[in-house]
Amino acid sequence: MSTRADASSGSPPGLRVSVDLNLCQAYAQCCYAAPRHFRIEGHEALFYDPAPAAEDRDDIERARVACPVQAIRVEDPGRGV
Amino acid sequence: MPDSSLLDQVKDFANRPNPYPIYAKLRRNPVSRQDDGTEDGTWVASTHGTIARLLQDPRVSSDTLPPADRPRTGNPLTDLIVKPLKDWMMDRHRVFIFRDPPDHDALRSAVMHQFSRERVQAMRARSDRLVADLLDEKRDAREIDAVDDLAYPLPVTVICELFGVPREDEPKFHGWATQLATALEPDSLSNPEIRAKNSRTFDAIGGYMADLIKEKRRHPQDDMLSGLANHATPAGVKMGDYDLIATSILMLVAGHETTVNLITNGLLTLLRHPDELERLRQDPMRAPRLIEELLRYEPPVQFRTRRTLSAIDIAGVTIPEGADLVLLLAAGNRDESVFPEPERFDPDRTGIRHLGFGGSLHYCVGAPLARFEAEAALTALARRLKAPRLVEDPPPYRQGAALRGPEHLRVAIDGIA
Amino acid sequence: MAPAERAVVVGAGLAGLRGAEALREAGFSGSLTIVGAEPHLPYDRPPLSKHVLAGAIPAHATTLPHGLGADVDWQLGTPAAGLDRKAGTVRLADGRALPYDRLLIATGTRARPWPNPHEGRLAGVFTLRGRDDAAALRRALAAGPRRVLVIGGGFIGCEVASLCRQLGLPVTLVEPSPTPLARVLGRTIGAFIGAIHAGHGVDLRCGSEVEWLEGEGGRLVRAHCTDGSRIEAELAVVALGAVRNTEWLDGAGLSADPGGVECDGAGYVLDAEGHPDPQIAAAGDVARFPHPLYDGRRVALEHWSHAVAQAAHAGRLLAGAPPDAAYGALPTFWSTQGDLVVKSAGLTEGADAVAITQGNPADGRFIALYGRAGRCIAAVSVDSARWLPAHAEMVATGAPFPPEGAATDRPKGIAIFDPGFS
Repeated sequence: MSTRADASSGSPPGLRVSVDLNLCQAYAQCCYAAPRHFRIEGHEALFYDPAPAAEDRDDIERARVACPVQAIRVEDPGRGV
Repeated sequence: MPDSSLLDQVKDFANRPNPYPIYAKLRRNPVSRQDDGTEDGTWVASTHGTIARLLQDPRVSSDTLPPADRPRTGNPLTDLIVKPLKDWMMDRHRVFIFRDPPDHDALRSAVMHQFSRERVQAMRARSDRLVADLLDEKRDAREIDAVDDLAYPLPVTVICELFGVPREDEPKFHGWATQLATALEPDSLSNPEIRAKNSRTFDAIGGYMADLIKEKRRHPQDDMLSGLANHATPAGVKMGDYDLIATSILMLVAGHETTVNLITNGLLTLLRHPDELERLRQDPMRAPRLIEELLRYEPPVQFRTRRTLSAIDIAGVTIPEGADLVLLLAAGNRDESVFPEPERFDPDRTGIRHLGFGGSLHYCVGAPLARFEAEAALTALARRLKAPRLVEDPPPYRQGAALRGPEHLRVAIDGIA
Repeated sequence: MAPAERAVVVGAGLAGLRGAEALREAGFSGSLTIVGAEPHLPYDRPPLSKHVLAGAIPAHATTLPHGLGADVDWQLGTPAAGLDRKAGTVRLADGRALPYDRLLIATGTRARPWPNPHEGRLAGVFTLRGRDDAAALRRALAAGPRRVLVIGGGFIGCEVASLCRQLGLPVTLVEPSPTPLARVLGRTIGAFIGAIHAGHGVDLRCGSEVEWLEGEGGRLVRAHCTDGSRIEAELAVVALGAVRNTEWLDGAGLSADPGGVECDGAGYVLDAEGHPDPQIAAAGDVARFPHPLYDGRRVALEHWSHAVAQAAHAGRLLAGAPPDAAYGALPTFWSTQGDLVVKSAGLTEGADAVAITQGNPADGRFIALYGRAGRCIAAVSVDSARWLPAHAEMVATGAPFPPEGAATDRPKGIAIFDPGFS
């Protein structure tokens, strides 16, 4: 077989987060649930940490489930997507 | 008359323990006109899709309160000068849940600016402590009332501390809050007796708040009321005294009257689903998902009212301009086309887009607090109550159909760990 | 389905990833290979022009979450170089041939380079498309250039310019049209948004064009504009749009050109005679398809949500879903420009009128509704996202334009403007 890429190359271990900013309407529930990883700038610009540390998974989970439009996707290598 | 009495059945106190079969009947017509004794009737939206659409439709207004109208006293000075003046002030300074943008947005932004992540986070830790203390007080009990012993005092203390209401004044608020919460029940708006009582309560609580605001200006502290009274938002919004009074009352009432239902409905639901109670006991991180499902399954606010500014074509009917609307959030939450097996309580559902906190511009301000308080309360109850059993099922309910929840929730226990 | 079947996804971006996930979710159990030109696992592009340039996160932190598990053969760092449909193989740049039974083409786009290659190679001249571009540009921005020149006032140009202002860097944006965003939003709305950026200190030079870039010792020192002006800048970001990656399909007998690879309504690619190839689908930026909401007009959309939705559709199609359901999601996108959020639903192309239906441009928050021949065809929200869904529905249903009747936060009489596309 060929050059199967090392899945961890250049990527620190931890969680993967992506937010569908099309869906996002700046309800800011994630910002209250996980204030170190999500914040709103201006009226509705969401900034988020796409690679939180694994030990923050509880707050990230709180943020994910609280999203009123379910725009947050999390991959947790420790627990599956 | 197939549909005509369904809204009356929703309001009927006898149906308080289980309104869901009525909601299911209402869902057969996603939007229906219900007789309410008036010529125009009330339009009810009962499916997830129609409610979500109407919540975010700019033709739908939140300005549903009829003009203020204080009772006549017989004193000409009061009736002819003070009463119209006070009514005018009340109309001009309605709380923002009854207002539309742009006014709504400015008032709400001022509140959100003070409802900071740091303050809410501080209350998260505080909730855990308060729950621990409240349960410690009952350590030797063999029965608790989940409402009086935990679900009511927790949010009351949290909202009072957040706002900076002195602890010794908390009891005053209980009566005021219970009375003012009736303003969210549709019938109370048209009932002159209730409106008169609300009006008096508003004056009493308003007088108290005016004094408290003065105090916060003289001696600012690190609380929301001090922040609102003394600081503008970055965009320069600062409330005047009347808006500040009205807004403070709204926040305090909302903090009193809604989270109590979330916590109580939560414990009731867990006691009806002992397997879920056990799973929560073993894994407290089930709480966030469980609470979202709870907000779908037994939302503390069952419906909200709106009014149309223009005619709206929706789901095969035309709601006329100026119509009274009831958005039946709790019915939309059990819409089988969105939630498979909607009558089943299942925290493992994925992608729950419930309507428990409403939606769009008026999405519940206090939602993050409610979530933290419910998580603190339900995880502690699951962990510490020994062999909890419902003493009566269904429990007795409070009067409200919109803000719906048990008045008491008696739970027999073998002790508290 | 025979388990020995082989699926190949060419393109390891958002569309390739979501397409592969959809294949698996729809029950495809054969072998799955994902080919990527870059050596990286699929990553998310939107944060590149914001979080990464701002230094809030490193470029490698943008790797996307996915649900594929370990049962994927990642062929990363080796671009596809050719397609042999007779043999049923994808040829890689290193000469190897990957056999396929089902193929998803999701090769996306690349940044359009500065037209003069010599000037484009000057140190200090950047494009922004990939994660490595973003990392390099971030380093250059962090060094504190005296002025940044942004060439092109489209979405990426506006995002980079406003980001520079957030970093406190002087920035000049040069755009040939009379306003930024004129091509996509028209001059009327472009002017409103341009005013917001100017208010944040972006030096807007609209109606001008960079003619050539001057270097000294191999480094950019200034730009010369067609209006005779010169801009002293040691850093330039070329934001002139994107080029679709279709060259590798030359000779494959498909209907493909720099405008994209042609698909039918279902998502199958079309051969040179216009017949669908039922083994091959395309998705994302590279796919040009007839959009049912716009009278079947053929469009290729460079939008994040489109990549997700069309790839999911294509993945299901390749897994055996019936091809009768045409893909036709309402096009939507967002752009975060500094702390301003611009969102859109529908396609503005061909609009003959635009109206402000909510809010007020002077306050920086509003909804613009675009009409064509008396129907709503697109809506744009500026810091008013919660009003967008209601307007998106008017677009999706082709509601009459302009809307009638009262609404909250709506001007009493709705003023109709020329959108300014001509």
